[in-house]
Amino acid sequence: MHLHRFHGGLKLPDHKTESTVRPLLALDIPQVLFLPLSQHIGEPAEPLVGPGDTVLKGQRIGHANDYIAAHLHAPTSGRVREIAEYPVPHPSGLTAPCIVIEADGDDRWHDDRLRGWPDWHERDARSLRERIRDAGIVGLGGAAFPTAVKLNPRPGKAIHTLVVNGAECEPYISCDDTLMRERPKSVLAGVRIVAHLLGVERVLFAVEDNKPEALRALRDALSSHDRSRIQLVGIPSIYPTGGERQLIRVLTGREVPSAGLPADLGIVCHNPGTLKAVADAVLDGHPLISRIVTVTGPGVREPRNVEALIGTPFADLVAAAGGYAPEVNRLVMGGPMMGFAVGDDAVPVIKGTNCLLATRPQDTPEPGPLMPCIRCGECTRVCPANLLPQQLYWFAKSKNFDAIQDYGLFDCIECGCCARVCPSNIPLVQYYRFAKNEIWAREKERQKADLARERFEFRQLRQQREEQEKAERLARKKAAVAKQAPEGEKKAAIDAALERARAKKAAQTGENPADNGRPDT
Amino acid sequence: MRFETRTSPHLIPSHSVGGVMRQVLYALVPGTLAMTWFFGWGVLVNVMLAVLFAVGFEALMVALRRRPVGATLADSSAILAGWLFALAIPPLAPFWVLLTGTAFAIVVAKHLYGGLGYNPFNPAMVGYVVVLVSFPREISLWPAPEGLLHGSLTLLQTLQTSLTGRLPDGMEWDAITRASPLDLMRDGLVAGQTVGEVTRSPVFGSFSETGWEWTGNLFLLGGLWLLYRRVITWHIPAAMVLTLATTAGVFWVIDPDQFASPAFHVFSGAAIIGAFFIATDPVSAATTPLGRILYGAGIGLLTYVIRTWGGYPDAVAFAVLLMNMVAPTLDHYTRPRIFGHSRDRHG
Ligand code: SF4
Ligand code: SF4
Repeated sequence: MHLHRFHGGLKLPDHKTESTVRPLLALDIPQVLFLPLSQHIGEPAEPLVGPGDTVLKGQRIGHANDYIAAHLHAPTSGRVREIAEYPVPHPSGLTAPCIVIEADGDDRWHDDRLRGWPDWHERDARSLRERIRDAGIVGLGGAAFPTAVKLNPRPGKAIHTLVVNGAECEPYISCDDTLMRERPKSVLAGVRIVAHLLGVERVLFAVEDNKPEALRALRDALSSHDRSRIQLVGIPSIYPTGGERQLIRVLTGREVPSAGLPADLGIVCHNPGTLKAVADAVLDGHPLISRIVTVTGPGVREPRNVEALIGTPFADLVAAAGGYAPEVNRLVMGGPMMGFAVGDDAVPVIKGTNCLLATRPQDTPEPGPLMPCIRCGECTRVCPANLLPQQLYWFAKSKNFDAIQDYGLFDCIECGCCARVCPSNIPLVQYYRFAKNEIWAREKERQKADLARERFEFRQLRQQREEQEKAERLARKKAAVAKQAPEGEKKAAIDAALERARAKKAAQTGENPADNGRPDT
Repeated sequence: MRFETRTSPHLIPSHSVGGVMRQVLYALVPGTLAMTWFFGWGVLVNVMLAVLFAVGFEALMVALRRRPVGATLADSSAILAGWLFALAIPPLAPFWVLLTGTAFAIVVAKHLYGGLGYNPFNPAMVGYVVVLVSFPREISLWPAPEGLLHGSLTLLQTLQTSLTGRLPDGMEWDAITRASPLDLMRDGLVAGQTVGEVTRSPVFGSFSETGWEWTGNLFLLGGLWLLYRRVITWHIPAAMVLTLATTAGVFWVIDPDQFASPAFHVFSGAAIIGAFFIATDPVSAATTPLGRILYGAGIGLLTYVIRTWGGYPDAVAFAVLLMNMVAPTLDHYTRPRIFGHSRDRHG
């Protein structure tokens, strides 16, 4: 297959072997699980249980009210201790509402659990999608977008290609690699289900060529029937090949339009972990209650991949990886390029947690002092979106939000390549996030202001009209009193009316004074 | 357990400004040594003095502006500016020429505009042009490129010349200096000689004067190393050398008696060092890929025009400064097509 290139990108040291030398380990059930109500992009789930309630494994405990949202299920049986604010893995470091479950250790399934569908071939797209939605599946590659939504293309957008994004291009992360090696059959089952659901003509299963074992395992697991439809593609490992847009470019040579979606090209992209979750949901009726997480980095003693229940505190994962190395000082959720450092290891695994990376000071030394941009253009050279990062930086700094949008701020995928190479240690991506937030905030403000202005104008208009009507009514009344008073200012009208009344009285002959004035409408 | 929270990337930084500048300094070493070999100790003396002055002015300005002196000096940009300036100055120039030049380079061209990253003009070239117009005599006295082996001044004598502005007793400027090849060519052509006659003069090697040729070759070597190390991109040097060579080639083909060959132009004067070390100064150059090509081409063209029809024999400094002025405009009109957009979005 002919592969294409995208502009820029970086060759990074991949650091994958540290965590793949040890086999996948299923973690014990933790004593207490913390389940944030919002684990996905979109509206948070609404709690269906309250403190003191008993919950069973697989029971829906959070309901997705919004279209772009996902249900939440109890990962094991136990008792709800409380629903309260707890620290969650989020760049802001803020707390968020969590359902806290004390596990009873029985791990008893819910009675009304979904039934497996060995006959999924017979099911139509709608019911399959419903099943995926019922199972609370979100994209497990990190972005955590509700999967059922992504599987519901807008009408008129025929999807002909399913791309499986097994690139996993960030250094250190190996959870998809592990999954593809150890459960290739489940992943491929998910691929078949989604391919069937979408009615695609072909499947491109892309894996970075630094994962030969995953490729081999998948190849072995492909049936002869699959081979005609599912194409395994080894792609060069260049960060960020795993970006959806970059991957589509590599595979097809086409670019997803800036304001559009892959669906505009007839393509849908899914992560292998997501597809495995789909297979579990459809074949076995299991909701999404666990996932594989890579626990790695020089800050843990025995890097490895673990399968953990959603809600398990990070500390338990680290303990399973041999505990911290002595000098550890930073714990990152995600990879070194796009992940964010968490302040506390009590935060729980959520559906989007793909990796915990622990580092020591010598692995992530204090960057030198912040220097001025020397316009070296390194950032331009590596930007996969083909932007001019240093220009974006100048505009963000000077809060020139018009120019920064004109220079493509919203095409920035926040991959961090530019910040990685900047010799001046400028935290470029932070400036872009700041600018984006600022622009969104202003947009909201503007909308609010527009609404307020409209309301105000409407009120004014209404008052004006009422005033006018009142004046007219009054004038008519006066006119009625004075027979035919002309319209005008209150006082003038009154004066005029009085005048005429007097004139009338004086004349007594009944001459019509309105002939000299404007006609009363 | 609590952890520090910092932003991504969570990796060992791959680049630093100091690192980049130091690579450029290393790349200057072979050419500088070759120059010393051919033109005497004065080259090294100039480099040392200019670097010293430049760093001194830098420290002074940074202290005046209440910024951390140590951290700023560690970026090595003042050393680089001083060094590049020194290479443009004749090796026996008196020290006040260096003092004046570096003062203008660092104090005026760099810090009065806001320091590293904010200077619209290449500091070394500003310094050079200032001394070029202020001390025309001192700036034209280049020693004959005969090499250290049969050189005429010892290190001590050189230092003495630099500090006093006078040659040691018994020596005459006329005896030890000679016009540079560009001067020779210019004077020869003005005097009615053909290009052929000028270059048949025994001081010429295969395409330029012997010492200049070799100096050019070794700066070229350093430049190629910078390309290989990805410290600079090919756009500016390639565009500048190709444009200079092509323009020279066109006129040379039309009238080889009146116009020197492309090789002569490329390997005489500051063309090579200009292409790889001066025009590529990131701060004052264009930054988009296409912008850099146009920027380099502009310097090449202007260099040829000023050399051939202008008032100064070597024109690289002027060409660079002129193009510095248009760099922001070039950047604005050469924005690359953004991923996922169908056309360029020119403002
Ligand atoms: S990499 Fe950094 S210093 Fe270089 S141009 Fe970009 S922002 Fe400026
Ligand atoms: S973070 Fe944005 S600007 Fe920087 S390299 Fe990535 S896409 Fe380009």
